[in-house]
Amino acid sequence: MTAGWVLAAFFVAAPSTAWLGGRFGPRAAFSAAAVPMTVALLWALRAAPEVLGGDPHRMSWDWVPAIGLQVDLLLDGFALLFVLLITGIGALICLYAAWYFDPDEHVGLLAGLLVAFAGAMVGVVLSDNLLLVYVFWEITSITSYLLIGTKDRLAASRDAALQALLVTGAGGLAMLGGFVLLAQQAGSTSLSGLLADPPSGLAAEVGLGLVLVGALSKSAQVPLHFWLPGAMAAPTPISAYLHSATMVKAGVYLIARFAPPFAEQVAWWRPVVIGFGLTTMVVGGWRALRQHDAKLLLAFGTVSQLGLMVALLGVGVPALTFAGIAVLLAHALYKAALFMVVGVVDHQAHTRDLRALGMVVRRWPFVAAVSVVAALSMAGLGPLFGFVAKEAAFEALLHGRLSPAVTAGVLIGSLLSVAFSARLVWGFWGRLDPAAPPLHPRHGSLADPEHDPAHDDADDTLHRSTPVPFIAPAALLATLSLLAGLWPGLVLPLVEESALALDPRADGGLYLWHGFTGALLLSVIAIVGGAVLLGFRVGVERLQRTLSVWPSAVGAYRSVLRWTLLVAGRVTAVAQNGSLPTYLTVVLTTALVVPAVALAGAVTWPDAAVGFESPLQLVVVVITAAIALGVTVARRRFAAIVCLGGVGFSVALLFVLHGAPDLALTQLLLETLTLIVFVLVLRRLPDRFTLTSWPAARSARLLLAVGVGVFITAFALTAAAQRTEPPVSDGHVARALSEGGGANVVNVILVDFRGFDTLGEITVLATAAVGIAGLVQAGRRRGTP
Amino acid sequence: MMRSTILSTATTAVFHTAVLFSLYLLFAGHNQPGGGFAGGLVAAAALVVRYVDGGSETVRSLVRIHPMTLLGSGLVLANVTGIGAWLFGGAFLESAKWQWDAPILGVVKTTSALFFDAGVYLVVVALVLMVLRTLGEEGEPS
Repeated sequence: MTAGWVLAAFFVAAPSTAWLGGRFGPRAAFSAAAVPMTVALLWALRAAPEVLGGDPHRMSWDWVPAIGLQVDLLLDGFALLFVLLITGIGALICLYAAWYFDPDEHVGLLAGLLVAFAGAMVGVVLSDNLLLVYVFWEITSITSYLLIGTKDRLAASRDAALQALLVTGAGGLAMLGGFVLLAQQAGSTSLSGLLADPPSGLAAEVGLGLVLVGALSKSAQVPLHFWLPGAMAAPTPISAYLHSATMVKAGVYLIARFAPPFAEQVAWWRPVVIGFGLTTMVVGGWRALRQHDAKLLLAFGTVSQLGLMVALLGVGVPALTFAGIAVLLAHALYKAALFMVVGVVDHQAHTRDLRALGMVVRRWPFVAAVSVVAALSMAGLGPLFGFVAKEAAFEALLHGRLSPAVTAGVLIGSLLSVAFSARLVWGFWGRLDPAAPPLHPRHGSLADPEHDPAHDDADDTLHRSTPVPFIAPAALLATLSLLAGLWPGLVLPLVEESALALDPRADGGLYLWHGFTGALLLSVIAIVGGAVLLGFRVGVERLQRTLSVWPSAVGAYRSVLRWTLLVAGRVTAVAQNGSLPTYLTVVLTTALVVPAVALAGAVTWPDAAVGFESPLQLVVVVITAAIALGVTVARRRFAAIVCLGGVGFSVALLFVLHGAPDLALTQLLLETLTLIVFVLVLRRLPDRFTLTSWPAARSARLLLAVGVGVFITAFALTAAAQRTEPPVSDGHVARALSEGGGANVVNVILVDFRGFDTLGEITVLATAAVGIAGLVQAGRRRGTP
Repeated sequence: MMRSTILSTATTAVFHTAVLFSLYLLFAGHNQPGGGFAGGLVAAAALVVRYVDGGSETVRSLVRIHPMTLLGSGLVLANVTGIGAWLFGGAFLESAKWQWDAPILGVVKTTSALFFDAGVYLVVVALVLMVLRTLGEEGEPS
């Protein structure tokens, strides 16, 4: 049960955090945001000994039993690893962000969204129900969209946010389709049930493929990787948290869960997943090598590392699963630290351009030291945890039965990682491009979406020292990288239990020193190769420029978007030409043709139709018909509307005669109000109808009207004879007083038996009212009411 | 616009009765013809009569709350009723009944559905007020 409360705490805390931030500024906002993170962290730490002992926590609660939507939460080893990362790094990010942000109106909103995001992310990893996973998954996409687009006055920021939302949102929809297919094949929506007893067959494979699309899009795999560098438009704490440590790992999370049971039985799984992973690793690393913006370099580095994780965890082999988890943990530790360092530098020096960052080492040696430790871990150098993890991966690859091409791919990727890590460090030491003229820091940020001229307040900004709490989170994470590298036993139980949760056969070891093995040789090759690439960086950059004529994924995305909008515009122009007679003709023709054709063959006429029960009914019907005819022959709009109202009133009279006072009352009132609204609108329309001068059109309309009338009459007559089941109303009448507590069945149905429908209806009503008010006001502003 | 004396007098006479009647429909709705929707329509019709008589200024001074607020409160009330049933262990929107002896009225029976209906009532009134505001205000001779 605690798991549910912890989860709920995030969503309760989110709005209050936003309120606090709006009132008391960033320190208050992020202190408040840290509360749910810390609570969840403590909860996870308290549960850790039991979970690590192989005893996962479970919680279950029926939400919507009718569609199998249950709140099933499961905290096993793998989920524990994620919860610790999400809440631990989240709490550190809050501490960091409290110093990063200057007070402004958006900070509260930002902190609140961050909390909501963290809650959704915890939800994704705790959920043991496919639909629930999907719900939380989409919340992470939406909060990410809002967080990227914080600077909503900048077109670039809005575009980046939309791009991230479209890519991950489309992936999410594909995933929902996949979940539904898989759940149908498995017969339940339980995630652990699905994985324990994986369904087979074409439908299951299609479902699996769709889930994979969702996971790959979320984890920024080529060719859907481009949204992640774009997402760097977000403030750096957000990038550090969402776009390196947590959200982008959601796709890796799902692939890791699905790989062990499905990799063996689905023939295409391994080639596809490994193919995407390795391509992404190499492309991401290659692109990182040409970046001058430190944050973009890290973003492409993240793409590259995500590719490695997908490739390792996607194989579904015990040893590689183990190594993949180690890589994932190492990445979260060093990448969050590096992002934070870049944010610190950007905040203090107002530039992230690697060619202008030489002063970092001189001004802030401690910041530089933290960055070097984290970057060494990213490069996979000892004695840091990144090295230990990469060694484990090489070891598993060398002893596995996979094609040597996979090992070669990982090696090339690692080599590129060494190169771009070195590029970052070289930038911080001011050695990247000695030939280039030193940029003035204040003008050094190239195409920097975050650069805010308001920062340029004093010349001595470079001399201000970095507050300890600002750099402490990054330093703590870098220290953890170092400690876990020197003493892998520190994190071994966590990694082991995570791997066991994914695959009961998983095993492996984490060692700083394997001895002189093949893995060490591969590491050395990667390091030497990376150093060579750095040495020839001018040539590498020139080669990259030559090759950049390759079709780019962003270009493809833009043209798809452009064409979609273009086609949508054309279709709208044709389908919605603004002519009410055309709309009505289309609607009525459809209403006439489709059901009439469907019903034509299978009509049962009632045995005996009762004409009328009392002569009064006949009188009312004749009057109604007469007034209805009046509508059609009226030349003035006002007369037509009054006649239309008359039809409504006489129908209300018919209801009374049939003994339905409720219906009659509502009809009467509604008719009155509609009449008045019509009159209000009428003031802006010409007094008389303009008749079409084309006689053929008039005859066609007449024919259509008569046709619809005949069809509706026939339908009403025959519908009564089609009954196969006893009417539901019998039960409603019997239960109204006992269960609904009311003698008026109509009302009891509205507010109780069908209360959900009514709730939906008033929601639609309210939405429509807001929409109409907005449209009318917009029209008024434009001066064309 | 010239204000018709006959209409003004009749409106003043009818308005309060109509509002009272709308409340009656709301409260009686569970057992007799009526309910939140019908009640809301009657109240709205009463306001429309005031509008026809005195224009949107009269309606504004009668209902000081912004229609948008009213609309939201109605939705919130209906939803809270539904969620309230959860807190007492029922299904969403499951109704509860209470009976008590009121001093003058005798035994009074209330159901939780009344609150839901009140939400519907508010939404309907707000909707009509918004129509009067958006469509009614323009072209209005001042």
